[in-house]
Amino acid sequence: MANSFTRMITGRNTAVMMAMGAGTLASAFLLNDSTAAAERRRFYPPSADYPDLRKHNNCMAAAMTPTIYARLRDKATPNNWTVDQCIQTGVDNPGHPFIKTVGMVAGDEESYEVFAELFDPVIKDRHNGYDPRTMKHPTDLDSSKVTSGMFDERYVLSSRVRTGRSIRGLSLPPACTRSERREVERVVVTALSGLKGELAGRYYSLGEMTEREQQQLIDEHFLFDKPVSPLLTAAGMARDWPDARGIWHNNEKNFLIWINEEDHTRVISMEKGGNMKRVFERFCRGLKKVEHLIQERGWEFMWNERMGYILTCPSNLGTGLRAGVHIRLPLLSKDPRFKKILENLRLQKRGTGGVDTAATGDTFDISNLDRLGKSEVELVQLVIDGVNYLIECEKRLERGQDIKIPSPIAQFKR
Amino acid sequence: MAAMKNCHNDYKMKFSVDEEFPDLSLHNNHMAKVLTKDIYSKLRGKSTPSGFTVDDVIQTGVDNPGHPFIMTVGCVAGDEESYEIFKELLDPIISDRHGGYKPTDKHKTDLNFENLKGGDDLDPNYVLSSRVRTGRSIKGFTLPPHNSRGERRGIEKLSIEALSTLDGEFKGKYYPLNGMTDAEQEQLIADHFLFDKPVSPLLTCAGMARDWPDGRGIWHNDNKTFLVWVNEEDHLRVISMQKGGNMKEVFRRFCVGLQKIEEVFKKHNHGFMWNEHLGYILTCPSNLGTGLRGGVHVKLPKLSTHAKFEEILTRLRLQKRGTGGVDTASVGGVFDISNADRLGSSEVDQVQLVVDGVKLMVEMEKKLEKGESIDGMIPAQK
Repeated sequence: MANSFTRMITGRNTAVMMAMGAGTLASAFLLNDSTAAAERRRFYPPSADYPDLRKHNNCMAAAMTPTIYARLRDKATPNNWTVDQCIQTGVDNPGHPFIKTVGMVAGDEESYEVFAELFDPVIKDRHNGYDPRTMKHPTDLDSSKVTSGMFDERYVLSSRVRTGRSIRGLSLPPACTRSERREVERVVVTALSGLKGELAGRYYSLGEMTEREQQQLIDEHFLFDKPVSPLLTAAGMARDWPDARGIWHNNEKNFLIWINEEDHTRVISMEKGGNMKRVFERFCRGLKKVEHLIQERGWEFMWNERMGYILTCPSNLGTGLRAGVHIRLPLLSKDPRFKKILENLRLQKRGTGGVDTAATGDTFDISNLDRLGKSEVELVQLVIDGVNYLIECEKRLERGQDIKIPSPIAQFKR
Repeated sequence: MAAMKNCHNDYKMKFSVDEEFPDLSLHNNHMAKVLTKDIYSKLRGKSTPSGFTVDDVIQTGVDNPGHPFIMTVGCVAGDEESYEIFKELLDPIISDRHGGYKPTDKHKTDLNFENLKGGDDLDPNYVLSSRVRTGRSIKGFTLPPHNSRGERRGIEKLSIEALSTLDGEFKGKYYPLNGMTDAEQEQLIADHFLFDKPVSPLLTCAGMARDWPDGRGIWHNDNKTFLVWVNEEDHLRVISMQKGGNMKEVFRRFCVGLQKIEEVFKKHNHGFMWNEHLGYILTCPSNLGTGLRGGVHVKLPKLSTHAKFEEILTRLRLQKRGTGGVDTASVGGVFDISNADRLGSSEVDQVQLVVDGVKLMVEMEKKLEKGESIDGMIPAQK
């Protein structure tokens, strides 16, 4: 299907593969010297533009130095994305003393290469010391390997696995033009229309859905809104809203895809109850089918063996996977050891509204902390084992028995 | 002046007009009313020397569809050259917004406060405070939607230098947003001087809040009657204000202070952006010309509920706002009444309209208090 996009992909793939394969930096364009914009840059040396990060607490601010900035400021990716654009969200959002955000985003696949000098330490900081220059990330979507994935439904109310996927050759949400965003929508929606059986479904464009459809999607907890978090808006991800944004879900309502929110696509498998194995099985099957369908038309997902799946935020590199449950833990959640138990199991708790929300009552969202350096199968198994352990603790506390803090789980193999 | 090319825009040109044209079907703003695929096609290949493109101009209008009742502008300039290079889009918007102002029209600048007649006798029982504000852009720097941290700091540095030369009634002090003490901050809030990081999506989508609060600050004189905002929505916002109804004095201080500041900037070869067609160049096309909003807080509980209130305002070329400023409601019958025009008439003309109009409205209010009719006082269209 020859069109301007596929032609560009061939070119870009070549450049990217040469760069990744050869282990050298991707073709970084020095901003054109003949423009007055370049003159302005000469008049203002990097030191004049160096951001004031003294009050900041995020990974970008921790990694940034005047030397790094001076080396990167005048570079650009082939799509002309600059380091200033990567870090804008981190400059505009100093963060909170207790919560360390990432503070930078990629505008395209090449950002991670052209600005590696800044992305690498940020990735290391965020992903427990993972070094993308020397380490390899394992990808494993074979759901049959997972064991004991059926939770006690007296405690686990629902199970969910989500990830993100980016379409290679198109810029990411902070940088994409309207036509690129519309192309992402076209590519993905076309592919999804090829899904059959349990996965067959339909697409609801955010701009065109009826009021009734909108209410239905809200009631099912499927609808996503225009981002209000300044972390996202300062990165330019809400531009042109709601153009080319939408939600696809299957008729069974347990496989769902968000298009052009924070990433090109967010893929979600979920159902009520504790059958995490089935949720993960559907997740893997659906993902593989979608990948196959886009490949038939000459597209592919952004992925490489050092960083796994490439997504907008460095925190989602690797698997981009968050597997979790909504679980009732009335006794354990009040135990002073709860936090440490979660920490050692490499789990995190969130409120039932998702990130940055509070828990209602005794019900928590419990999911994996890690994304990069462990495979999808490993992470889901980690969640399964961890949640089973939490349930065991809750039962023991019910019976008046004591509980133990488990030993910390080992980090990724080097 | 030849428009130089910008690499990022070259990349975008690979996509067709149809593929890139924004969806404006739900939009109600000046930009959406004017922009056609034809205009977009002609302008998308251009950029100003500093790299500002038509997509940059319109982003705020694309992201903010607007309100059926309130027509926003929906575009901004990134630099002085924007108004020239994108004139095919901006001229019709300027005409719509500024009462049919033509591309060939000339704008009159008059900052000679002595030309103002009256204005020193507005009844302080009704007129609680008087204020005149405008904006100024510094030549040689790009505007808030586009400028880099280095440029913004350069503007701040020059502004501090210019303001520190002021003496006499203008002697004052600069408070950088990122460095004021808690006590200073409280005082500035109590004085109603402090401006905050913009939250309005009209501004944030245009990129004006980037790097906040870097390079931003407030300067005011010791008397607290002359105030300058640095690097908010424009390079400078200059404000003269005081309690009571002596608009003449407020305007005198405004003109004198502005001229003093301008002299210092000119000495550094960074005068104010101005031309004889558009007057003073500011970020938003709605503030071209004088950029002036002269107004009062005035008690008009009876007149404001009169059936002809809106019509009177329109005929007097005035607009009402709540006492919190744009997009706020009035409290206790007190309104912010100011000039509606910015471009096509001079500063003196506009403040004269406010002075004369408010005087008339206060007389109307007094009449209504006495239970008398004001039908004979309704003015002709100015």
